[in-house]
Amino acid sequence: MRWRSTLAISFSAVILAAACAQTGTPSTSPGQSAGGSPAASGGAAAFKRGDGGQLNILYWQAPTILNPHQATGTKDSDASRLILEPLASYGPDGKPLANGLAAEIPTVANGEVSADFTTVTWKLRQGVKWSDGTAFTADDVAFTFTYVADAATAATTNSSTQGVKSVVAKDPNTVVVTYDAPNPNVYQYGVGYVSNGGILQKAQYAGCAGAKAKDCPADLKPIGTGPYMLDTFKPGDVVTYKANPNFRDPNKPYFKTVQLKGGGDAESSARAVFQTGDEDYSWNLQVAANILQPMIAASTKGKMLSVYGSSVERILINFADPNAAGDLRGEPSTKHPFFNGPDGLLVRKALAMATDRQTVANQLYGGGLTGKPGCNIITGVPDFESTATTSFCAAFDPVAAGKMLDDAGWKLGSDNIRAKNGIKLKLTYNTTVNAVRQATQAIMKTNWEKAGFSVTLLQTPAATFFTNTSPDGANHFWSDIEMFTNNSDPDPTSYLDGWTTKQIAQKSNGWQLGNYNRYSDPTFDGYVTQLRTETDPAKRATLIKQANDNLILNVVIIPIVTRTQVTSGISTTIKGDTPTGWDSEMYNIADWYK
Amino acid sequence: MGRYILRRLLIAIPTVAVISFVVFAILALAPTDPLSSFGADPRVPPEVRAAIRTSLGLDDPWPVRYVKWVTSLAQGNFGFSFMSHSPVIDLLKQRLPNTLAVVGVAYIIGVVLAIPIGMISAVKRYSLFDHFATTFAFVGFSVPTFFTGILLIIVFSINLRWFPFIYDSTLVIHDLSSFLDQVKQSIMPITVLALFDTATIARYTRAEMLEHLPLDYVRTARSKGLKEQAVVLQHVLRNSLIPVVTLVALGVPTVFGGAIVTEQIFRVPGIGELLVRSIGDGDTPVVTAILLIFAVLVVLFNLFADILYAVLDPRIKYS
Amino acid sequence: MAAPATQLTTGRVLASPIVRPSRSLWKDAWWQFRRHRLAMVSLGTLIFLIVFTLLGPLVYHTKTDIIDFTLSLKGPSSEHLLGTDDLGRDLLARLMFGGRISIAVGIFSVILAITLGTTIGAAAGFFSRLDNPLMRLTDLFLSLPVLPLLLVIIYLFRDTLRATFGAELGIFLMIVGVIGVLNWMPVARLVRAQFLSLKQKEFVEAARSVGAKNGRIIVRHILPNALSPILVAATIGVGGAILTESTLSFLGLGFPSDVPTWGRILYDARNYLDIAPHWAIFPGLLIFLTVLSINFIGDGLRDALDPRKTS
Repeated sequence: MRWRSTLAISFSAVILAAACAQTGTPSTSPGQSAGGSPAASGGAAAFKRGDGGQLNILYWQAPTILNPHQATGTKDSDASRLILEPLASYGPDGKPLANGLAAEIPTVANGEVSADFTTVTWKLRQGVKWSDGTAFTADDVAFTFTYVADAATAATTNSSTQGVKSVVAKDPNTVVVTYDAPNPNVYQYGVGYVSNGGILQKAQYAGCAGAKAKDCPADLKPIGTGPYMLDTFKPGDVVTYKANPNFRDPNKPYFKTVQLKGGGDAESSARAVFQTGDEDYSWNLQVAANILQPMIAASTKGKMLSVYGSSVERILINFADPNAAGDLRGEPSTKHPFFNGPDGLLVRKALAMATDRQTVANQLYGGGLTGKPGCNIITGVPDFESTATTSFCAAFDPVAAGKMLDDAGWKLGSDNIRAKNGIKLKLTYNTTVNAVRQATQAIMKTNWEKAGFSVTLLQTPAATFFTNTSPDGANHFWSDIEMFTNNSDPDPTSYLDGWTTKQIAQKSNGWQLGNYNRYSDPTFDGYVTQLRTETDPAKRATLIKQANDNLILNVVIIPIVTRTQVTSGISTTIKGDTPTGWDSEMYNIADWYK
Repeated sequence: MGRYILRRLLIAIPTVAVISFVVFAILALAPTDPLSSFGADPRVPPEVRAAIRTSLGLDDPWPVRYVKWVTSLAQGNFGFSFMSHSPVIDLLKQRLPNTLAVVGVAYIIGVVLAIPIGMISAVKRYSLFDHFATTFAFVGFSVPTFFTGILLIIVFSINLRWFPFIYDSTLVIHDLSSFLDQVKQSIMPITVLALFDTATIARYTRAEMLEHLPLDYVRTARSKGLKEQAVVLQHVLRNSLIPVVTLVALGVPTVFGGAIVTEQIFRVPGIGELLVRSIGDGDTPVVTAILLIFAVLVVLFNLFADILYAVLDPRIKYS
Repeated sequence: MAAPATQLTTGRVLASPIVRPSRSLWKDAWWQFRRHRLAMVSLGTLIFLIVFTLLGPLVYHTKTDIIDFTLSLKGPSSEHLLGTDDLGRDLLARLMFGGRISIAVGIFSVILAITLGTTIGAAAGFFSRLDNPLMRLTDLFLSLPVLPLLLVIIYLFRDTLRATFGAELGIFLMIVGVIGVLNWMPVARLVRAQFLSLKQKEFVEAARSVGAKNGRIIVRHILPNALSPILVAATIGVGGAILTESTLSFLGLGFPSDVPTWGRILYDARNYLDIAPHWAIFPGLLIFLTVLSINFIGDGLRDALDPRKTS
């Protein structure tokens, strides 16, 4: 028996590793998204409320809480999106979309954004009711801000309130957001469900702010303004919803009930939508393309939704020495022996040149099915997409990379490893446990070894990889290179901040900060500083591209694949979903019908 | 015997206390994080992460947390889950029925099938039946449950369309057809689990019966004119049961612990699935609660096995 | 309740130290073993498997890590005798290379677990004084949460072990150690239960009455009679250990992903069962053959060493 249990426990380790890895893989972050269908939400609906039966949604990670401000992953945020609504969403184009509680999007043009970018006036929809029949007012919005902004609440959406001075209910249908200083990103507070969460009912949550937030029963049964209301919720298992009788659009939603089942693995989730048709929607099918492609090709039941956002699978290069003696491992005061020496840039370039992103994208990500070859770290918003990096990335040639090293004096030893002045090009390469990532590692290793590097592969379960307490974690970065995916809001300022000098992760800050590379370049820091204040869109775009090019051409990171943000299977019978890569996948669930 | 049991029960208290301390220490040292699924997301910056850790009480040194935990446990409170903000006991109550309906049933089926199979295999050693049972058992040991699970799904859910592979915990049994639905949705996970349980226990039963069959007392019994069936059932089986009892007793706590892989594959929201997810999420209150109950069951069922030894073999004496 | 028969055993026990030198015990055993046809066939199979993994690569020169997507997921062919995996790597080469590790891990970690379990179980069952402390220790180990424990072990010891023993050996020792140390408990409980029962029997009394020391009673008299559950545990354990090895690597505790052990190949292949069944079938078959042959060897050994069988 015990042999069984050990076995079981150890294979559960795989599951732990793999499941989390996949979280890590597909989206390291809660930022999934869905596309608002302006057409459906604006136009006359072709159906009446409750015409449909049950909508079956499958998430291979199960929601454990239905308060988006306490979410610990996309699953929680998405599951609550059926019930709660934000002021506005990010649409498929990455621009704000008024499909939430705001009647329109404030702009400088309509006078609702002040010329100095410090105040934003939000006009709310009239006559909106909570699902319990009470009226929704601006007070609820102001309360939600207070709840989220209170540090003691420890909301995961708290960063949306940073730099916000106040959110005031001017009258029942008007809310004024004031920033401490001019904020070029005026939609920081208010737009996007992933970063902002939804508006909570003041009456229900009044007792839950601050220190009381961690044992708040309302988190399991929030009252919302959204198209569906909660029926039953079993944390970590299943959520059932029914149509909200008080939803503001009298014809929506179409389905009488919705069941959102959680748990399992991505591969069999794909089977449930493509092969058996048991599920209408199957979330985040980030599995190897050679499993997915035959399933999709043979399916009469489901199709794939692939929508790009800002997700990039990237390799990070360590500028500090991960093997420094004593307490100095990974400290920015140390220098990586070959990535950060006099030949640092040359060695990094050789590594980038021997990186075969084309094969990875085509074979493992299905050439556009779940990802495409990518060369920028800032991607998804056309205005911000740099072209200066294209030729640099196109040059895949491990032999030429080897020659470049050879010319600089890095000579092949008898062990087939290049070395110079006694320093060998030996790499350790860490990432999360995940089938696609391990295949990527295998491809990288083969090519890099052709160029004369020696590569040792390491894998860490995602649950351990993404924590600042683990020596095998991304933050400590005690390996030479590491690989994972990350993404950002449409405005990438805080994302880019993660490569500035003041954000360097090191022992003194508990390895908490975002600059894992320990990259430090005053020029780059300057771009980010300017982005904090520059309000001219064209100049912002230039700065963002310059920052992007700085990271790519200096080979601080090697982007491999631009990944789809929405990678879900959907039944061919479901209509009305126009997914976005910048918001919750459920952002326009009110418009879905059969 | 009575005094022995009483003494063992008294020893059980410090034993469980020590176990809980060790378990707590291990959990505190393990590098997991309630926020790991955010990855490196810039939307959840370090200040926010720090605030969340503080609000969960993770800033205290772990011995302090242990004392707090024991104190609240003494008041009958398992605490609140970090992930769902609900009382841990509620989560356990939601999951226990599913675990019992799948893992528990599988275990019972396994034990009930295994003993006769093991017996027949032993009595008819190297017969066709024995070879078949042996092969079958060793398929069970060399093919992991994740594999049999997927195989069953492909055959019975995808090709034949007989059974669903997504377990619906909202199903309420109120009539025959809903009962049949329950049978349909639990038959595959039960098969996967029962295969392994049956194989294991049958091997031990067989081996132990083979030890006893050639012994003199069996010959004596036969020579007294007892029927073969009676000899096997009344004499050999009883004497062969000690290892089987040991194993069955060791297995009961693992039933409560759930079958992690199988629950995961078939999406059965059982205790095992809760445990492994909570470990990944660093949801310490849930993990400690499950492990504590598990430890109590281990201690109790091992005591139970010891009592049964004395019943099976009256010469066994404990001091 | 029937009286357990012990005369034969007792006779043997008494006779053996005097009449037979211990070498001939093993000769006897080997003679017995050879008559067990299944055990002989199994021994042959196991030897073949070991030779296959150790010497196979000398004959079969295809490399384990050549990636070629044009060959991805191809079934057996004359070029690639057992087909290829998702990256187009040769399966036969990978199975030969990974098999050494799998077999070694399977056998050594089971030996460790059985040794620990038997020692602790025998001590607890034989010496009443030790029973309680040792069994409470067993309870503790049975209650330990394996998954977090492994994470802690990695956290605390991974780098040290790598540094002390070197990459390959360090990892191997760590895997064997971890699997062994986390799996001795059922064996201990089984052995103890047998000892509790056996130590009351007449032949033990008899041995004691002729002045046999405790150690001798345990090793020569009781242990052979408690052998059958131990052997079952061992044979079942080998398969478990081979599969467990692969999972350790998912925790960062085992060999890295580019070492193709059998358990790992099987795990990687599981989602391709309907597309490329060969990928899963061959490693599964090899594990099955290994475990099955070890089982029959165990069977044969037990029969050969059975104290009740007179030759």
